[in-house]
Amino acid sequence: MSIENRLRTVFVEALQLDDDVDVENLKYRDIDAWDSVGHMALVAAIEDEFDVQFETEQVIDMSSFKVAVDMLRGFGVGE
Amino acid sequence: MSVFALSQAEKEAALLAQLTELTAHHRAHSPEYDRILSALGAPTAFGSVADLPWLPVRMFKTHDLKSIPDDEVFKVLTSSGTTGAGASRIYLDKEAAAVQPRQLGATLREVLGGKRLPMLMVDTISIIKNRRSFSARGAGVLGMANFGRSHVYALDEHDQPDVEAVKGFLEKHGGEPFLIFGFTFMVWQYLYEVAREHKLDLSNGILIHSGGWKKLIDIAVDNAEFRRRFAEDTGLTRIHNYYGMIEQIGTVFLEGPSGNSLYCPDFADVIIRDPDTWEERPVGEPGVIEVVSTLPRSYPGHVLLTEDLGVVHGIDDGDWPGKRFSVLGRLPRAEARGCSDTFAGAAA
Repeated sequence: MSIENRLRTVFVEALQLDDDVDVENLKYRDIDAWDSVGHMALVAAIEDEFDVQFETEQVIDMSSFKVAVDMLRGFGVGE
Repeated sequence: MSVFALSQAEKEAALLAQLTELTAHHRAHSPEYDRILSALGAPTAFGSVADLPWLPVRMFKTHDLKSIPDDEVFKVLTSSGTTGAGASRIYLDKEAAAVQPRQLGATLREVLGGKRLPMLMVDTISIIKNRRSFSARGAGVLGMANFGRSHVYALDEHDQPDVEAVKGFLEKHGGEPFLIFGFTFMVWQYLYEVAREHKLDLSNGILIHSGGWKKLIDIAVDNAEFRRRFAEDTGLTRIHNYYGMIEQIGTVFLEGPSGNSLYCPDFADVIIRDPDTWEERPVGEPGVIEVVSTLPRSYPGHVLLTEDLGVVHGIDDGDWPGKRFSVLGRLPRAEARGCSDTFAGAAA
């Protein structure tokens, strides 16, 4: 499964998103569910799913779905 | 790159230019601020950082001070206003909201490194449950959460110490460096006391704490005693107090590794003033703390007179360059206010 598909599932589950949310274009604080509390849960869920550990700066910089995809590619996560 | 790099002379030169520009920026974009400065007869050029016009921090409770148009307001922070004057309102646009966690991160990196450590929160998870309105305590906890992972809360939902949770955390993570965060008197009451009673080993911990000493001074525990007892009874020696306020969000003054002195990051500084003449006080003489920072761009909070008393201990002579200082307490006439003071607690 592609990174995008796996990450979409993580976003939907961690942030409890409705089906109609455009996950790929989601940005931090676009929706109520992705606030600072949601962000904590999201980061932990991504780390679990992809078996990676983000640094502090990456957690602060993870401002959109697309940025998260790029970060995972940076870790060498395979498609 | 360290944000504790500049000597005092280098810092003042950099700050004078940036703060002068910020003063002009805020006058141009905040009519209210411009009115206040005009009424004071403030000039537009300054010989030193100490010459810059300051705002009493209390003005953020009584005036709507912002330097951004209404439609660019992204977030309004409110302080834990208690009696009388109400709460401060701090206006952030998107950029300001993004800058402040970055600069806080750059400051704390000095003692934490870049890796997120397992994190023990000396608080209760219920503090962040009401997502619509966080208390100052909740906001503090959330702001720090980014610096850790695998968060465990040391208090249960009824604000009682959860000894089993702390023991479980230490069994899992106690053998490697881990992060502890909490408000000062809660750390004392709910971590120190519990750790001593249960003989918990905190020697791999790095403690970051803040929130004022008022409640601890009442039981004769000051910063030095806090450090001494933690080291003796729990093995915890890497302890960093910090001083900061919502009116200068993202800027914190951090206790250095040897303890008992707070240091200013390169983008900020403190000036101690005589409360009668407002002249700058020399090293060793207490006075009112003025804080300056280049971060506030969406509201005119770059030069603020606090309601706290402090003293500079030395300049360019400590763990890190620049001024090192202590906070001595609140100005006698200031209303009681402070993040940790909002916690009534089941005090022993």
